[in-house]
Amino acid sequence: MTISPLLEANGVAKNYGAVAALKNASLSLLPGEVHALMGANGAGKSTLVKILTGAISANAGKILVRGQERDIRSPAKARLAGLVPVYQEPSLIPDLDVLSNLRLTRTPVEPFRNWVRELGVPDLDLRETARDVPLAIQRVLDLARALAVEPDVLLLDEMTAALPANLAERVLDVVKGQSRTGRSVIFISHRFVEIAALCDRATVLRDGETVGVVDIEAGVEERIVELMLGARIEKQRVALKKAAEEAAAPTGSTRIAVRNLKVGTKLQDVSFDLRDGEVAGVVALEGQGQDELFAALAGSIAPDAGTIEVDGQGVRFHHPADAIAAGLAYVPGDRTEALAMQQSVRENIALPFSAAFRNWGPIARRRENATVQSAIERLQIDTRAQREVQRLSGGNQQKVTIARWIAADARTLLCFDPTRGIDVGTKQEIYKLLRQLASQGKSVLFYTSELEEIQLACDRAIVIFGGRVVDILPVEIADEPALTRAAYGLPRDSKAEVGILADIQAPEARP
Amino acid sequence: MTTSTIASQQAPLGRRVKRFMSDYPLVPLLALLIVLVVALNIIQPGILNQRWVANTVKFAIPLALLAGCQTMTMLTGGIDLSVGTAATMAAFIVATQGAIHDPATAMALALVPALFIGFANGIGVGVFRVHPLIMTLGTSLIGIGCLQVYQRTVIASGAKVPDFLIWLGTGVTGGFPNALLLFVPVAALLIFIQRRTGFGRLLYAIGDNERATRLSGVKYWQVILALYMFSSLLAGVMGLLYIGLIKAPSLSLAEPLVLTSVAAAVIGGTSIFGGRGSYTGTIVGALILQVMITLLTVLQMPEGARRILFGAIILTVTAAYLRIIEDR
Amino acid sequence: MMRHLRQQGWIAGLVVLFVLLFISAKLIQPSYGAGDFGSLARAALPFAFAVAAQTVVVIAGGIDLSVAAMMAVTSVTAAALMAGASPEFALLVVPFVLLMGFSLGALNGILIVVTRVPDIVVTLATLFMLQGAALLILPAPGGGSAEWLRSLIVGTVPLPALPDNVTAWFPKALLLLVVLLGIVWIPLKRSRLGLSIYAIGSNELAAFRSGVPVARTKILAYAFGGLFGAMGGLALTMSTGIGAPIPGPYLMASVAAVVLGGVVLGGGKGGLLGPIIAVFVLRLARTVLTLLAIDPNVTAIVEGTILVAVVMFGAFIALRSRPA
Repeated sequence: MTISPLLEANGVAKNYGAVAALKNASLSLLPGEVHALMGANGAGKSTLVKILTGAISANAGKILVRGQERDIRSPAKARLAGLVPVYQEPSLIPDLDVLSNLRLTRTPVEPFRNWVRELGVPDLDLRETARDVPLAIQRVLDLARALAVEPDVLLLDEMTAALPANLAERVLDVVKGQSRTGRSVIFISHRFVEIAALCDRATVLRDGETVGVVDIEAGVEERIVELMLGARIEKQRVALKKAAEEAAAPTGSTRIAVRNLKVGTKLQDVSFDLRDGEVAGVVALEGQGQDELFAALAGSIAPDAGTIEVDGQGVRFHHPADAIAAGLAYVPGDRTEALAMQQSVRENIALPFSAAFRNWGPIARRRENATVQSAIERLQIDTRAQREVQRLSGGNQQKVTIARWIAADARTLLCFDPTRGIDVGTKQEIYKLLRQLASQGKSVLFYTSELEEIQLACDRAIVIFGGRVVDILPVEIADEPALTRAAYGLPRDSKAEVGILADIQAPEARP
Repeated sequence: MTTSTIASQQAPLGRRVKRFMSDYPLVPLLALLIVLVVALNIIQPGILNQRWVANTVKFAIPLALLAGCQTMTMLTGGIDLSVGTAATMAAFIVATQGAIHDPATAMALALVPALFIGFANGIGVGVFRVHPLIMTLGTSLIGIGCLQVYQRTVIASGAKVPDFLIWLGTGVTGGFPNALLLFVPVAALLIFIQRRTGFGRLLYAIGDNERATRLSGVKYWQVILALYMFSSLLAGVMGLLYIGLIKAPSLSLAEPLVLTSVAAAVIGGTSIFGGRGSYTGTIVGALILQVMITLLTVLQMPEGARRILFGAIILTVTAAYLRIIEDR
Repeated sequence: MMRHLRQQGWIAGLVVLFVLLFISAKLIQPSYGAGDFGSLARAALPFAFAVAAQTVVVIAGGIDLSVAAMMAVTSVTAAALMAGASPEFALLVVPFVLLMGFSLGALNGILIVVTRVPDIVVTLATLFMLQGAALLILPAPGGGSAEWLRSLIVGTVPLPALPDNVTAWFPKALLLLVVLLGIVWIPLKRSRLGLSIYAIGSNELAAFRSGVPVARTKILAYAFGGLFGAMGGLALTMSTGIGAPIPGPYLMASVAAVVLGGVVLGGGKGGLLGPIIAVFVLRLARTVLTLLAIDPNVTAIVEGTILVAVVMFGAFIALRSRPA
């Protein structure tokens, strides 16, 4: 007996002017299923979710809930149909308190409170202004709000992206619980680990079309990546690891020395060195002070205590311009922080060149062209220099952010989660680039929330917990379990079961 | 990694026209200007002669100069409502000081208040991060008050607008208004700044994403200070030209043009949110508004109906332009 | 919590400022008393309504440049209708004009939503259009207004229980202001529509995703702005007895008082009380300057300087508390 699907979307298409964000997307969701929605950046996942939840309307296609065609043209209508999303950006109104937010969306308060507790947030003051609630908690509240209305279909877009591991665990437990009660979940994530642990099936989108629906079982990652990219990609991991091992003994001089740095409330006392010619990874759970560390090195925030030395000289940065003058360049993970979206690729790349007062005059066009073009080529950015940056895919946008500092010949790159939300192919290119930079004598400080990347790109891993450096692991032993343990502040030989990664027995082959 | 789907070859005609107009935004503007001029000729045949063109240009130039201030400031997501005051002060001072000093000194003195206003605006917006609307409103209030006080002190000495300015503002040589001698270099300078200088790049970038510019080493207050001083100075220069055109100093000389200058910039395609726009569009916008004013006068409508039509046209043009440019 | 205290602190500061100014007035002119307070209230009335109109729109995240023109057009409509008409007719005129303001405000909102043109530009265009309409209705100042309307704002409220020299401190104009604004604003603020208005001002995307009908809410915010504007227009006709088609200086004053009242231009925060008190502070400051026999032209300088100084101070405070 075949079970009829709870949700079915067929032939969904959406055009933005001449660009087709979705051509022929389909999705079929069974009751009680946790279903992954996967695809590279630009494949159309977000668009499909927005259509399913009424945020935008489709140009073509049918959506059926329990076999009945529904017209979902607004978030309110989608909610009525039982489809409730939790987006990547928090949806709480910042200037209203939590209680008013609940009133606004007609969310029943008691069920909300119960879910909040269930999700691991014990004392929530409903009178607190949403803006003052920490970001990770806001996301949990969004989820609680969605759960409180008992949706038939919950759509989670990168739910665990900004969550510390303990909250992420609870979320995943709750998601599993939903499926046990017969409700379904559509789960968007780039993290194969979570998908493997949680999902029953996966729908893969590529270029706006559904290219495959697979059952989640051991070893399916390869197949999924093939579907996402449309071609077979080599396992670069081993090759890169070798490169990492070769460079593992950095011989360069100390480029940056951080001593007892204290910044804001989260970074307490951090000391480490960064040498020329190395890629040093930074690993930390959410909110352990890594944001503040990078901000201080970038010149955005002045430290409260401690010193930073660049090439042996103590420095005080009052403005990012000072850091840039010292050769330190900050690459944010959030592209909207780094790029002027309406300007062209050329203008974005060349932006630092115009910053200083002496450069406000006429631009030396030919020289700039040469520099910009070589940066574009080096990073293999798939576009012309004149194109508006907002028209590029996420991966290419991230490349522009990095290209800016390649063009400026920055000696040290501070990369903060540069591969967040980026497709697998572009990630590879970025790792390769970082290693190239290292081999040219530059230095890179690389924070990532995806622990597997450390062994793909870094020479060692600096682990921060509670605002302090708790361990520095050489790359050979910096695998995910070891890093996770360290990230929780556990000593190296600890065998405690920590987080969802503790279940993994053997390192899985992952592209 | 390929970029998002490339448009298919068989894009419908309507879409292709739209994209063409989006890539060359001047085209629909010029088309509108031509339509208005043709309409004018239909309503009053024979009005289009050398003299009318010169006259329209003569009056469009001051508007275009003020609209230039708006274009520049709007690029950063700001606005400059103090331009009317800076212009009026310059006009009034040059007229009253023209009776006492030689023209050059009078003009130099006339521009001093503009510099102060620009400096105050720049510090307020750039350092203290006051909203530009409020800051420029405040400085314009202060400026008007100062002007009123100044007026009481010079009321006895009378006014003399320097002849050079009258020649510049009102004169026509060989069919071309002399004002073009001032305007063409200024316009060229503005366009050059926007397109070819680092400063211009920064204006666009700041309006687009200020945080990104900070991370690239741009010091916001420096750019903004320079910007608002430049804007006020330009307004002051406009005041000098304008008094040459109007010849009679008054305390509210340029005030009515302020909101119109905003309209001209917006019609010309400058986004009020920042990051997008160009002076060439603004110039056409100013011309469009000036022709519109003539059109409405010729139609001999009562003042009230004229204003209604003026407002309606501003709205329709901007809405249509938006539809064309932002194909969302 | 801190946010509440900060907001109350701001209002408390404004009240203190008002009291200080009043004391200064009394010191300069010992006879300054209840009667002058009454004329202060009457003079402030149209400004207060203009500010109320602007505040609602600003909280919704927008701005309304057509406020003064709205007041002018409603004022001349009321004056034209009431000219030579019976007092009973005036009873119809009032709700008609209020409805007119509400609809015109809604028109602003509809235009903003439908054309997707930024609010500054739309309200700029409607500013011209409403100015034109006012000129068409009354090309020159004129018209009339009913006697009973005018008496609504003249004098003081005769409260039975209290002696005369106490009731002297309750000018009718102030009562009218409080009642009219209170009837509309207090229920509005508590309702879901009110929450929605704050929501779209705070973060329009989040509001949309929370299921708030953004378009409808925006239109209603402007509609209520128009309603308050119409009240201001009526107040003008009530106090002058006629209608004048040229808008007064209410636009600048409304924006200034909104900012001085602690309402953030970005929207989503603040209330009506702050800006109203700010209006009274500004009016009283002007009176004090007049009492000091300072050149009236200087008052413009002083007003502008106060505005700039306060705004810079406020921005400075915001800068210090903001993390880099």
